Amino acid sequence: MHEMALAQGILDVLEENAGRQGFGRVRTVWLEIGALAGVEPDALSFCFDAVTKGTLAEGAQLQILAAEGRAWCLDCGRTVAVAARCDSCPGCGGFGLQITGGTEMRVKELEVE
Amino acid sequence: MCTICGCDAGEARIEGEESHEHRHVHPDGTGHSHTHSHPGGHSHPSHDAGAGRLVQVEQDILSKNDEYAAANRRRFREHGIFAVNLVSSPGSGKTTLLIRTINALKGRFPVAVIEGDQQTSLDAERIRATGAAALQINTGKGCHLDAHMVGHGVERLGLKDNSLLLVENVGNLVCPAAFDLGEAHKVVILSVTEGEDKPLKYPDMFAAADLMLLNKVDLLPHLAFNVPLCLEYARRVNPHIRVILVSAATGEGMEEWLDWLEHSLETAVARRRETVATLKQKIAALEAELAALKAGGG
Repeated sequence: MHEMALAQGILDVLEENAGRQGFGRVRTVWLEIGALAGVEPDALSFCFDAVTKGTLAEGAQLQILAAEGRAWCLDCGRTVAVAARCDSCPGCGGFGLQITGGTEMRVKELEVE
Repeated sequence: MCTICGCDAGEARIEGEESHEHRHVHPDGTGHSHTHSHPGGHSHPSHDAGAGRLVQVEQDILSKNDEYAAANRRRFREHGIFAVNLVSSPGSGKTTLLIRTINALKGRFPVAVIEGDQQTSLDAERIRATGAAALQINTGKGCHLDAHMVGHGVERLGLKDNSLLLVENVGNLVCPAAFDLGEAHKVVILSVTEGEDKPLKYPDMFAAADLMLLNKVDLLPHLAFNVPLCLEYARRVNPHIRVILVSAATGEGMEEWLDWLEHSLETAVARRRETVATLKQKIAALEAELAALKAGGG
């Protein structure tokens, strides 16, 4: 979804940090993207290349670290791993799942010059 | 190309295709192979680790939007404004529902509308015809409203204190889910002329919404739409979602929706009064303290 807006969001974060942390070029960007964040890494990478043209991050490499989807099962009262929002609980098969992790969209770390 | 390791396969999951295997060759000539599907993910920070300096960032990609959303939310709270973000696919009957809602609420409390569409101001014109204040935001190529646009919209509209703000987002069940506008609730509208499996197909939106309006229920006798199944699907992705069955055309179910709006607005107004009363008390206490200090000093 909306990968163009996300790519722009990443660039905003980079530009903001360039001033604060004193760097002029970005070589690598490590992102953490949750399995349930609804982000298509391919499209994000494509959009990132497009929005960073002529900026401090032109040609920078995007590294995406996937974060596992996690949920609290209201029925069995424990944390379980889920791959998609409409998954059932691997323990009891129920759908009373409250998502607790896997929706992250964060810029973790940068390699800069 | 896979952005995780650079292989030529996207992350898009194709039904029946569980994973794929491929081999990496590192710059030093060593290699490894593995299957993909990346449940836990992996990184290769050692690839081309060159001379660059590493800096920690730990910042949400949408942090800028979230800052604007927080500012909008603060403004709404300070002015006793109850803001709702209405999301749906195109053609679910959002604008018709809004017009019926505005007409029913006339004389009860002030209502303003922000209309989001890629192009045209047709919807805002339809709303303005009811007499309510309405502002059109055209997102151009964008597929959703963001908090920055809404902040500007709110400024332009000059909202009244203790009023209702209805934001009609761009017709799209995907992107608006991720963008907080500062609203109190997202309300998703699904019409019975769409499939009952929409909550499973677009789970992010149904997970983000607190209320679902199932619209066009007057057409149910003519359709094979399975209401209980649809509600079961919605609760699968969001066990806490509240549901109201409505027809913007006949008015069926509208009372429950209007009651929900009115009750929520009353709560927002009461909270504002409480805040104002608390601040007044604090000022009175500080003034008393100051007077006591002055008396003591003089």
